[in-house]
Amino acid sequence: MGRENDQKVGAVLVVGGGIGGIQASLDLAESGFKVYLVDMSTSIGGVMAQLDKTFPTNDCSMCILSPKLVECGRHLNIEVKTYTQVKDIQGNAGDFRVNLVRKPRYINPQKCTGCGQCAKYCPVGASDTFNENLSERAAIYIGYPQAVPLAYAIDRDKCIGCGLCSNICLVDAVQYSQEEQEEVIDVGAVILAPGFEEFDAHLKGEYGYGRYPNVVTSIEFERILSASGPYRGRVLRPSDGDIPQKIAFIQCVGSRDETCGNNYCSSVCCMYAIKEAVVAKEHVREIQPSIFFMDLRAYGKDFDKYYQRAKEEWVRFVRGRVSSVEEMPQTQNLKIKYEMDDSKLMEEEFNLVVLSVGFEPSPGIQTLAQKLGIELNEYGFCKTYQFSPVETTRPGVFVCGAFQGPKDIPETVMQASGAASCVADLLSSVRGSLTRERIFPPEIDVRGQSPRIGVFVCHCGINIGGVVNVPEVAEYVRTLSNVVYAEHNLYTCSQDTQLRIKELIKEHNLNRIVVASCSPRTHEPLFQETIREAGLNRYLFEMANIRDQCSWVHMHEPEKATQKSKELVRMAVAKACLLQPLKRLELPVTRRGLVIGGGLSGMTAASSLAEQGFEVYLVERERELGGNLKKIHYTLNGMDVQGYLKGIIERVRANPLINVYTNARIKEVAGYVGNFKTTIIADGAERELEHGVVIVATGGREYQPEEYLYGKDAKVITQRELEEKIAHGDNAVLNSNTIVMIQCVGSRENERPYCSRICCTETVKNALKIKEKNPKANIFILYREVRTYGFREDYYRKAREVGIIFIRFDEDKKPKVAKGKKALEVLVREPILGEEILLRPDLLVLSVGIVPQPDNKKLAKMLKVPLNEDGFYLEAQMKLRPVDFATEGIFLCGLAHSPKLMDESISQAYAAASRASTILAKDKMEIEGMIATVNEFRCTGCGMCISVCAYNALELDEEKKVARVNEALCKGCGACSATCRCGAIDVLGVSNEQILSLVDAL
Amino acid sequence: MPRSFEPEIVGFLCNWCSYAGADLAGVSRISYPANLKVIRVMCSGRVDPVMVLEAFLNQADGVLVLGCHLGECHYISGNYQAERKIKMTRKLLQKIGINPNRLHLDWISAAEGERFAKLAEWFTSQVRKLGPLGSSEELKENELKERLVAARQTVENEKVRWMVGKERELMEMGNVYGERVSQNLLDFLMDKNLFDEFVKNRIYLLLEKRALSVKDIARKLGLSPREVLRRIAKMEDRGLIAMTDVEGWSPRYKALKLSE
Repeated sequence: MGRENDQKVGAVLVVGGGIGGIQASLDLAESGFKVYLVDMSTSIGGVMAQLDKTFPTNDCSMCILSPKLVECGRHLNIEVKTYTQVKDIQGNAGDFRVNLVRKPRYINPQKCTGCGQCAKYCPVGASDTFNENLSERAAIYIGYPQAVPLAYAIDRDKCIGCGLCSNICLVDAVQYSQEEQEEVIDVGAVILAPGFEEFDAHLKGEYGYGRYPNVVTSIEFERILSASGPYRGRVLRPSDGDIPQKIAFIQCVGSRDETCGNNYCSSVCCMYAIKEAVVAKEHVREIQPSIFFMDLRAYGKDFDKYYQRAKEEWVRFVRGRVSSVEEMPQTQNLKIKYEMDDSKLMEEEFNLVVLSVGFEPSPGIQTLAQKLGIELNEYGFCKTYQFSPVETTRPGVFVCGAFQGPKDIPETVMQASGAASCVADLLSSVRGSLTRERIFPPEIDVRGQSPRIGVFVCHCGINIGGVVNVPEVAEYVRTLSNVVYAEHNLYTCSQDTQLRIKELIKEHNLNRIVVASCSPRTHEPLFQETIREAGLNRYLFEMANIRDQCSWVHMHEPEKATQKSKELVRMAVAKACLLQPLKRLELPVTRRGLVIGGGLSGMTAASSLAEQGFEVYLVERERELGGNLKKIHYTLNGMDVQGYLKGIIERVRANPLINVYTNARIKEVAGYVGNFKTTIIADGAERELEHGVVIVATGGREYQPEEYLYGKDAKVITQRELEEKIAHGDNAVLNSNTIVMIQCVGSRENERPYCSRICCTETVKNALKIKEKNPKANIFILYREVRTYGFREDYYRKAREVGIIFIRFDEDKKPKVAKGKKALEVLVREPILGEEILLRPDLLVLSVGIVPQPDNKKLAKMLKVPLNEDGFYLEAQMKLRPVDFATEGIFLCGLAHSPKLMDESISQAYAAASRASTILAKDKMEIEGMIATVNEFRCTGCGMCISVCAYNALELDEEKKVARVNEALCKGCGACSATCRCGAIDVLGVSNEQILSLVDAL
Repeated sequence: MPRSFEPEIVGFLCNWCSYAGADLAGVSRISYPANLKVIRVMCSGRVDPVMVLEAFLNQADGVLVLGCHLGECHYISGNYQAERKIKMTRKLLQKIGINPNRLHLDWISAAEGERFAKLAEWFTSQVRKLGPLGSSEELKENELKERLVAARQTVENEKVRWMVGKERELMEMGNVYGERVSQNLLDFLMDKNLFDEFVKNRIYLLLEKRALSVKDIARKLGLSPREVLRRIAKMEDRGLIAMTDVEGWSPRYKALKLSE
């Protein structure tokens, strides 16, 4: 195994199968590592699987998650181990030995097809935890309909062992004799992604959760909103099934609350509450949601816009703290008492109350932490440091997601990729040592042969067979032309049927295969692999969905369902006649990276790639590396930023794999994923760089204020200037009597409607620093909303404790600043007193926002990537592809993406490196066979297709005046073909002719 | 109640013991009330709860099930099965608001002609005291019928039948894990399954007639709206019912026609 030379192991243990664990696993497996993905529950998916929609795009959670679940479940180099826990771990970074314990699920997952008959007949009921106990499931169950692995499990605590399930099961999957199993695995590194637990709302007795049926938690409400939830997606209240007209959301339940020990902010509740309110309103227009909050923390990318839109959609926002909830006995409505911003006490009646519960570390994490020997912070989350946000205190053990601190999905995904990158840094010398590749026999050449179609019709136990007359369908199929063989199987997807299909292909010289069973979205890859193993090209396959879209939805009309099945199969056969083998092209990859921008993010990404053994070009516009970091001196918890910066610059400069070009700019970018050619001008000299990926880390800038007398009075400075002065021990500043700080300068306004995210934290940081040096200083912070999310809340509280005064103002009642006779005069309306107060500061500090680089547009055009409305770069998908661009091979991180704090930039930079390494890890990349193709005789070169292509996969051949497809970039969506004026562009494998054959066979 | 009420009583008698016992009463000329009409079955274990409910639906005011004494069954253990089935059926009658004393299980040997006659007399007088089916229960005819139909559907349910069939084995021989299951737990689960099935069937029957809201159904069935709501979504999932409209703030549901 080569372990004599290198003691490291090329495998990784990922603990927790939520979205974080899934993303880390996929990244690692794609970049050459064997992955063991371990989850305590019976399936992967985590909390994200429970969510209905996701903010701020309102994408369906399951729609974006389930492809990743399927990919994880099918990946050759990811071993998913469900119902499994880590018992013990020994060894050091690079070489750990882990003991795992697998609980018996009493079902053989290899045999179970997930048909669900057992659960239908099981006589024992249990609370459905996936639906947050709002409905019931059987003692034999799957987590949720799309679960991976799709195998049932027996809830041993509930099961009475009556044996009915074994009796019902047609594939003999039930194994009552299973016992707990131990297993030892060797891995080089560990990633912890165990997620979080929702705060137990029972502990806040004043809100009546558990006593009043119409008080639900936010995760329960999420299930209520979900189409697969307890009320099938209808917004109903639990007491009587009525539509709740008035819904109150109470924020900060179990967050920012010293009485329950959770002082921190849970970071996501404001946004999910807005989302739930908006989605509820989308369901029923007449619903009137009200959100009771302290600070509305919409600090992320495009969050403030979402908040504004919600206001326009008539979601009501009430700044006030709810003191109690009381049930009205007759109606079971709820009376809420709350205190307004101005101390006024109010009462209001609602039909439903939703408690926005915060995050807590998952139970049992403490034991795991002890076993792993990692430190936790005071709240029981994983302890990490600012400059190493994904490293635990034990080398070789990394962390991502909510266990590191409350965070939303994109932050989790970024950290997951980031942790994967750190693992790859550690294990780069053993990359590829334990991964496997599938080896297939040579393909049979079917060109010129007339179609010989084999059709397999599936009973799916009784899922299809119980409704559709399957033998009759198979009989009918035999009458269709070109069908030379047809049969029906109890389960076409079972292991033995796969072998049978392969034999039948040989026996009957079949050259096209049709399976009529379930959804191609889950099963097509399996069958494609089977026929490929039999020597057929994988594209010579077609599926008819007679379960999900027939038997399951027409269960009371068996005759019609049988008829429809025949028609669906007839259509599939018609298309199969036209199927042609397609090639998956292989493109060589230039295994070098280009990182644009030499600030914190760029340097971090570049070093990570270099650590992994890839050569990197690092291009920086200024003479010096460092970017914005040069201006920052200390962090919120007092760490030395300049020291860190010096270190990383030295590391970058010293790494022989990193070629640094300063005083440089990008002139031209040509090529595509795996094969870019970029021209740069560095120190006046032009150079051409060849590389396989691009990471955009061009950063952002501090907003240059014009308001509040900035530049007109020397006493008005920005936070950065203040920090500079504090760091240099400027006595005039440190001895100031009165300092006023104004928040949101240049942010959250018409012109720049986004929140700059970092300013609140920076302000609290500087204010505390001044107080530390000069406790007598009077500091007033004029704010609109304090957005010290996560553990930063501790410092906000501390700031209040040391006497820093926070005064809130509204956007339309901004403070007024004037030059007085002696001093500056700041006039602000104090909301509690309801009066204007006058402050005479010695120093006025403006907390200015972050603006995008002015030349983003130019570079974006060269790279053919989009910007958002605010001028920051726009990623492919906000939730699950936060550092990818839609154009393959180009990634982004840092302030170029949106304003963020240092640790977040570092995570994101690692994430970009990880995503990039999934491409650089291989010397060739395989390209999807179903791509667009141009008929040059017909093409007029009008360019319509080019304008509709979302992936920049089309370009104009200037000489021939025809469109040309870049096979590396094309995703086969077909928008071009559907747009083409002259029928010149078509998509292989789903051609116009093939689609029309389906229509004609109706 | 008119004094002249004479109950209709159906007796299911096993061929080998109780039917022979009844014959002996005849041979011995021991008279008993004419209300009892006997149906011969080969074994008391053959009596399906469906038959019992069918009897009630066909105007029987009382049902008597008689078998061999325990341990003496001609078919080894059929009477034990009968015991479970009748116990369950009595439970169900109780749940649906029908006096369970209208159903009686007893053991009569081929030699107990006199005991049989006494039993017939006793049971007849007991049912006579209860009055016509529905009267002691204070149920209107329609309501009575609806409940009985729902109950019959309930005992046709596979889960319920499996539980009844397995009960003895689970308690005495052990389950698939080799553990014995307690009577209490089985009783609890049986109760729950019977109730769930019955309520589901009743909701369906109600919604066959017209669209109702969760609150309407709850009122009609004397249940809490919360309990009804939990079932509604499940029934909708199975394609039994569908939402039709919203009245005020309350969605209303109606049964879907089933082709089977």
